[in-house]
Amino acid sequence: MARVDFCLGNDITAPVAIDEFEKAGFDSVFDPGRIALIPDHFTPNKDIKTATLVKQMREFAARHHIEHFYEVGRVGVEHALLPELGLVGPGDVVVGADSHTCTYGALGAFATGVGSTDLAGAMATGEVWFRVPESILYRFDGGPAPFVTGKDLILFLIGEIGVDGALYAAMEFTGSTIPHLSMDSRFSMANMAIEAGGKNGVFTPDDITREYVEGRFRRDPVYLASDPDAVYVREYQWDAARIPLMVSKPHLPSNAVPAEDLGDVNIDQVVIGSCTNGRIEDLRQAAAVLRGRKVHKNVRCIVLPATQAVWRQAMNEGLFDIFVEAEAVVSAPTCGPCLGGHMGILAAGERAVSTTNRNFVGRMGHAASEVYLAGPYVAAASAVAGYIATPQHVGLEEPLKDGAAGAGRTPPAGVERRAQ
Amino acid sequence: MSTIRGRAWTFGRDVDTDLIIAARYLTMKTAEELACHLMEDCDPDFAQSVKPGDIIVAKENFGCGSSREHAPLAIMGAGVPVVIAKSFARIFYRNAFNTGLPILVAPDAAEAIHQDDELEVDLRTGTIRDLTSGVDYQAEALPDFMQELVAAGGLLPYLKQRHGGRAGRTETGDTAAATTAEPGDAGRD
Repeated sequence: MARVDFCLGNDITAPVAIDEFEKAGFDSVFDPGRIALIPDHFTPNKDIKTATLVKQMREFAARHHIEHFYEVGRVGVEHALLPELGLVGPGDVVVGADSHTCTYGALGAFATGVGSTDLAGAMATGEVWFRVPESILYRFDGGPAPFVTGKDLILFLIGEIGVDGALYAAMEFTGSTIPHLSMDSRFSMANMAIEAGGKNGVFTPDDITREYVEGRFRRDPVYLASDPDAVYVREYQWDAARIPLMVSKPHLPSNAVPAEDLGDVNIDQVVIGSCTNGRIEDLRQAAAVLRGRKVHKNVRCIVLPATQAVWRQAMNEGLFDIFVEAEAVVSAPTCGPCLGGHMGILAAGERAVSTTNRNFVGRMGHAASEVYLAGPYVAAASAVAGYIATPQHVGLEEPLKDGAAGAGRTPPAGVERRAQ
Repeated sequence: MSTIRGRAWTFGRDVDTDLIIAARYLTMKTAEELACHLMEDCDPDFAQSVKPGDIIVAKENFGCGSSREHAPLAIMGAGVPVVIAKSFARIFYRNAFNTGLPILVAPDAAEAIHQDDELEVDLRTGTIRDLTSGVDYQAEALPDFMQELVAAGGLLPYLKQRHGGRAGRTETGDTAAATTAEPGDAGRD
């Protein structure tokens, strides 16, 4: 058994955990400051059943004096919110009743998804059972190609190894590419460790990590690195410069292909957001493409800033003007469409490009709908083109440098569109 | 009680938790209501056709995807007493043990068993008998720790035993440490 530094659940998993907690007769939580209850999946509450689940969380949080219960106006997508609030950090052991809890590995934490009963046990005792996993090393070397982000690297990786290529294992990301990757790119990569079957995905903290953590993390960070003689069951090595913009076709994240190779794939919807790609850098990338362009008339483009802080930052940087001018809609922070919950559901036969993390059958709506996974650049370019496209296809030649998408950029003369 | 007899329903590899129970039904949380939508997006008739006692047999990576415990709950709600697969995704694996759904890792059986074969499964020994083909298979043995969990009646009873019947506050340091290496190397979480 291991002790946890922090545990969390959402509006789908926490109510089941609370039921189990109470059924088992536990009467107190291990530490009301180390539990987060985050209603983010079906919120703002989409229906009466959802409202009832969130009410159950609210009452449990009040009864046990749980500090970190956040609702609409304060809540964000859990795996964007918790790092942002400094509730999880380097050296932590974190379990969350959500499979994408592995996101916090970007900070050098051991973080992994568990089920509701595990969360119930963790809330009651602060303990969870683990088998110590084997490790697999994934080395990326060299600077990434223009427009290529952590999302492309992780889609590529999953394409190479498959959706169970890291089954049960700890995935360690390393190599000379890593210093080129922002925290937001690293969060995207660690987030999708589960899509390769991994138990967790971890980066060794560096200066970029420290800069993110300092003044933010509420406890003392413990910066850990693998031993020089660490043993890996497998090692992989790729040249990052050779990895292009990637898209994962339906219905598995491992169906990854270069975006360029897709040919004509017309789309109905674009979703930009989620715990994978709903952070400020993601929105800046989308805005860099959408600035001065219009979302194609056949496409609905939905932008979901992952947290209130991201929302305000995007607003203050003028990104919302760009989105609205482009005829995209900006939503409240929610997981909503990623899991086919609400706020952008697909009908039979509809097709979406999404910056989320899963493209399983029926993931965003009807079982006969389709989700193509991509990063924000491809998602936004596809929104403009009406088919799956790269930024270059819609006339954006240079990727975003540091800073806001709007700064000093010339609107494109025109957007090339294929005949529909 | 540890011997089960039922009809096989076969599935392929990478049966994800969205297929087992789609997210649109996750506003429900009882096994009975979830069972009405079991496997709906891969076979809309499955929930109506499956009978209590029938057995799910799948290839690699069964239960990949989300952490929703609603997946094993929906399977149990339909009266499916055991799932046999070549391998299980890790969160599904722990959820099954934590909630009391027996699962067996049996690559040979999962490869060979056909749809509608009549199976007899001894949960205690892990023996799988395909009565239709007449072939017997042996599932992988459960790691010691998993056997302890099963013997205790699931995770929460196990934790209660460990904490002397009731949980209170546990001292935690800033860096949690694994106190022991259990469960051992034989298993998979």
